[in-house]
Amino acid sequence: MLSRNEILQTLNMIDQQHLDIRTITMGISLLSCADPDPEACCRKIYDKICRKAERLVPTGEAIEAEFGIPIVNKRISVTPIALVAAGCETADYVPFAKALDRAAKTCGVNFIGGYSALVQKGLTEADKKLMNAVPEALAVTDYVCSSVNVGSTKAGINMDAVRYMGEVIKKTAQRTADTAGFGCAKLVVFCNAVEDNPFMAGAFHGVGEAESVINVGVSGPGVVYHALQSVKGQPFDVVAETVKKTAFQITRMGQLVAREASQRLDTPFGIVDLSLAPTPAVGDSVARILEEMGLEVCGTHGTTAALALLNDAVKKGGVMASSHVGGLSGAFIPVSEDEGMIAAAQSGVLTLDKLEAMTCVCSVGLDMIAVPGDTTAATISAIIADEAAIGMVNNKTTAVRIIPAPGKKVGDMVEMGGLLGSAPVMPVHRGSAEDFVARGGRIPAPLHSLRN
Amino acid sequence: MRAIVTVIGKDRVGIIAEVCALLAKNNINVLDISQTILQDYFTMIMMVDTAACDMPFAQMVQYLQEEGRKIGLNVHAQREDIFNAMHRI
Repeated sequence: MLSRNEILQTLNMIDQQHLDIRTITMGISLLSCADPDPEACCRKIYDKICRKAERLVPTGEAIEAEFGIPIVNKRISVTPIALVAAGCETADYVPFAKALDRAAKTCGVNFIGGYSALVQKGLTEADKKLMNAVPEALAVTDYVCSSVNVGSTKAGINMDAVRYMGEVIKKTAQRTADTAGFGCAKLVVFCNAVEDNPFMAGAFHGVGEAESVINVGVSGPGVVYHALQSVKGQPFDVVAETVKKTAFQITRMGQLVAREASQRLDTPFGIVDLSLAPTPAVGDSVARILEEMGLEVCGTHGTTAALALLNDAVKKGGVMASSHVGGLSGAFIPVSEDEGMIAAAQSGVLTLDKLEAMTCVCSVGLDMIAVPGDTTAATISAIIADEAAIGMVNNKTTAVRIIPAPGKKVGDMVEMGGLLGSAPVMPVHRGSAEDFVARGGRIPAPLHSLRN
Repeated sequence: MRAIVTVIGKDRVGIIAEVCALLAKNNINVLDISQTILQDYFTMIMMVDTAACDMPFAQMVQYLQEEGRKIGLNVHAQREDIFNAMHRI
């Protein structure tokens, strides 16, 4: 029999500490939708998504009601569209984004990811067409998310793609200037992108995946924060153990929901992503966990070490709790989506440089960061190159989701709304990287990529 | 199906009787009860079996919540599995 304390602890986690399942994401392969006729291809894409994901949202809601655990998002990820559309006789890839958007609306999901291209080593004609279409595609759709993988430990960094993505991000911001560059919040540039990530905006359904699959992302920074409050002043060994135990409990719940969703939808279970994903709500912040470890403000000296411990302990605790762990798994540090990060950035302590250092030890990268509207495409490309280099050399996923908010200056706020929160505009270095980015070509893969 | 029903509300006479009547009316069998007063608040945890209940589970959850609200109580029902997942290996 469960004890009263155990039951009350679980209820407190859900009611007071913002414990939730962040997302159930259904991955759907669209490789079977290829067709030389773009209209036919779009029709097939729409039909297949609607057929596969028809019951996703009602099933998620039913699980939510029966188990009493909030499931915040229901999402869809699809095969990178640059692959699906490669056989179409068309130069315009915007209609594919519209087809995805229509399907997302019909299914009632929050986001659909996979308007993507994988160009870590080189660009196909289809990749170029897709990247060209991104600014328009993100402006005319509501739920479509786009990602481009520009580097990997195995292939090195495609600096032509890095240069191009700097321009794409600028164009996307300009194209969505009426919403302070909101389009950029739906666009991620990756190094070492993973094929089973359930989190947006970077989710896509990899080519090595099954026909369809259920991936679940858990959350729970508030629960970890609360647990650490009970071990104030104790050594880091205790801190790590406490985080591990909490991560285990959170992940067990994720595993339960994933298994249940997979059974009810008759779709194979893929992975549980063990991520601490913050929200802008007070008490649901990764930054506050770091501060609870003894830092006055997130971003001060010691932050990288604190984050390294947190990230590692989350994985160690979570990995025992799930049969398959994957995705990005670790602590997320999106600035606009984390109440503590926003406060730290506004106080000037948390800078872009410190965030870059933090991305060496956290699960992803520079995420949801607003920079001044006059930041050049070359500077953005250089930021992407730096992040990609960290990912490439350290054998980890890194990403850049950056918003050069049109007309905004350092100190202004960019309102994204909902879970995306609001981002203070952060300064970038003024020294030009124009000539560096203009070189193009490829940065070779590091020596340790040769592991065979 | 086994579920955990939690009842929280300002303490007064007859809470257990009212909640049990509500459950009995819907063929929900009570397996175990644990009850205490936490900071003036009546807090009860019940393990119940819903196998004979006519309503689908999700509907029953909503029904108990609404009926509870009418008598000034916060009544939650959840499948037992979530607690087992979190606290038992």
